[in-house]
Amino acid sequence: MLVIENLHARIGDEDILKGLSLTVKPGEVHAIMGPNGSGKSTLGHVLSGRPGYEVTAGTITYNGEDVLALETEERARQGIFLAFQYPVEIPGVSNMEFLKASVDILREHRGQDPLDSVTFMKRAREACTLANLDHSFLKRGVNEGFSGGEKKRNELLQMMLLEPSLSILDETDSGLDIDALQVVAEGVNNMRNDTRSFVLVTHYQRLLNFIKPDYVHVLADGRIVRSGDASLALHLEEHGYAWLDDEVA
Amino acid sequence: MPNLMQQPLAAASAAAPNWLAAAQAEARERWQAASLPTRKTEQWKYTDVSAIDREFVPGEAISVDAAALNARVPDCGGARLVFVNGHYDPALSSVDAAAGLSVARFADADESQAALIQAHLGSVVGTDRHLFATLNSAALSDGVFLQVDAGATVHAPVQIVWLTTAQTAAFAVNQRLLVLAGDNSAASLVETFISFESEAASFTNGVSEFVLQRGATLNHYRLQLETGSALHIGGVHAHLDRDATFNSFHLGMGSDLKRIDIVIEHAGEGAHADVNGLYLPRGSEHIDYHTCMEHAMPRCTSSETFRGVIADAASAVFNGRIHIHPQAQKTSAILNNRNLLTSAEAQINTKPELEIYADDVQCAHGATVAQLDELSVHYLRSRGISRDEAQVLLSFGFVNELVNGVRSEALRDFLRDLLAERFSRDGGRMTDEDDA
Repeated sequence: MLVIENLHARIGDEDILKGLSLTVKPGEVHAIMGPNGSGKSTLGHVLSGRPGYEVTAGTITYNGEDVLALETEERARQGIFLAFQYPVEIPGVSNMEFLKASVDILREHRGQDPLDSVTFMKRAREACTLANLDHSFLKRGVNEGFSGGEKKRNELLQMMLLEPSLSILDETDSGLDIDALQVVAEGVNNMRNDTRSFVLVTHYQRLLNFIKPDYVHVLADGRIVRSGDASLALHLEEHGYAWLDDEVA
Repeated sequence: MPNLMQQPLAAASAAAPNWLAAAQAEARERWQAASLPTRKTEQWKYTDVSAIDREFVPGEAISVDAAALNARVPDCGGARLVFVNGHYDPALSSVDAAAGLSVARFADADESQAALIQAHLGSVVGTDRHLFATLNSAALSDGVFLQVDAGATVHAPVQIVWLTTAQTAAFAVNQRLLVLAGDNSAASLVETFISFESEAASFTNGVSEFVLQRGATLNHYRLQLETGSALHIGGVHAHLDRDATFNSFHLGMGSDLKRIDIVIEHAGEGAHADVNGLYLPRGSEHIDYHTCMEHAMPRCTSSETFRGVIADAASAVFNGRIHIHPQAQKTSAILNNRNLLTSAEAQINTKPELEIYADDVQCAHGATVAQLDELSVHYLRSRGISRDEAQVLLSFGFVNELVNGVRSEALRDFLRDLLAERFSRDGGRMTDEDDA
């Protein structure tokens, strides 16, 4: 279970999150929506421990563990996964090599036996097929020369192989056409179960047509100003974010 | 105690065939009139050679375990010549000359080979500009002559292994290679320099000369893998006739001092040189590559990519000179050097040096020095990979792009294993940290 309480975070001198609280129980899917600049992506960055983001107040615990005290890689080993809005290109390191290193470490941490390379290859190819990426993408440099959509699907591929218990998808839907959107949605829906949770950070309601969230939250000026069920997203779609100005004020 | 400059060279060269005497005498005169470079010598500004200014005894023939050697050198499937401390070791060598190829030691050269050696030896390397090549010629007692017949295509790479292994006193070894690639021939050659028990000091002076005649193609690989106190100062000097292609790959890692000069003279129209290299010093090692592309004729091309990963308190030098002569119109010369510093103490001195006297040329050069990209490190860590392993993956990725360009599959596999080991040894610290 993820529990965020009164989270304040800044980049340099700029306060971005100003008292965000959120609880995500096992098996739940939460959508976080909000206008540009509301702090949606910052939440994902802070959860992943990205350099440059400073938490000035508040707490984050995951399954009782103090997340803010953990290194980035330790968070990943606890089962937290962030699908990056802008995945990083790493020329010279093959996708396969990267995925194998990552899967090996996470399995070791979970006390599972390492996968032999034949089994790993088989799983990687299957995940490729599900992510609608050609198998040749496994041999290419990590995200090297991938289109925007291919990078997003490569994040999905990683999520499927790493099997995290908590996935934060940071605007994974933006820039995707409807087919790619459905591929991502199907990937998430296939992984949904009683123990696995998802936080979908999104600007648009569109993704939520394919992944039905249990809760929708509206983030504005660094705080959650409204929470509801899936119908809240439809309300936002219809009325935009302008009405929030009154709530924030 | 006599220093390097004053030591008599007679002992080392007594065994040389008579027909080498004239070349030797001339070089000896030059050597004795010269002095060792200091930090004030422009070409040696960042490389201190005082470690070799000491007494060295000649290298001795020492027997070496074949299995130990085989584990350390690539298996390319072609002829292999092994020299131990400068002495040819027939037991470790296999000279099944392929069709179109002849390999001979200077000492064994027949009359026609001796004539060819005499005609070409020293014709490529400018001993007036390269002091250590002068020393090499002055101390010459043996060498390898490799000839590819005109029109011949030799598939399996020939390998020459220059091995140094400990003696009781510090010793010096002189290595010389002359390659004559005939018109429209094609061949590959791997030079591997390694050392065993290299805590004892040694100094190898390895000079290779390449004469590529019209339309010849030569794929050349020079692996400088000596470790510890096995020091090396050497050079690769190539002369390219019309439409010749010289592909030369370099790897430098592992010892306190390495300095390699790569000088390529485009002496015929349409010649092409493709020179790539990696240098990976760590600890307190120092590696210096000086390259020079002499574009003397029109319509020649050169493409040069060097990458360095410099770790710990190690240092490296890359100096890439491109000299385009007035008549060398329509030249295309590209030079790229990228460096990755993986510690705050690591040092690199990189300098492009362009002299362009023709007006219709394309010339591009770039040099960068960077530390590991923090965002890339973060991305890998966000997938559970530790900082140390992320550093290994990223460093490996940085050099891997050049290894992927190596044409010989056997050599590519050898290099991948070698580099994986090189980088994971750095990452050995990771396991300790993880356990803690």
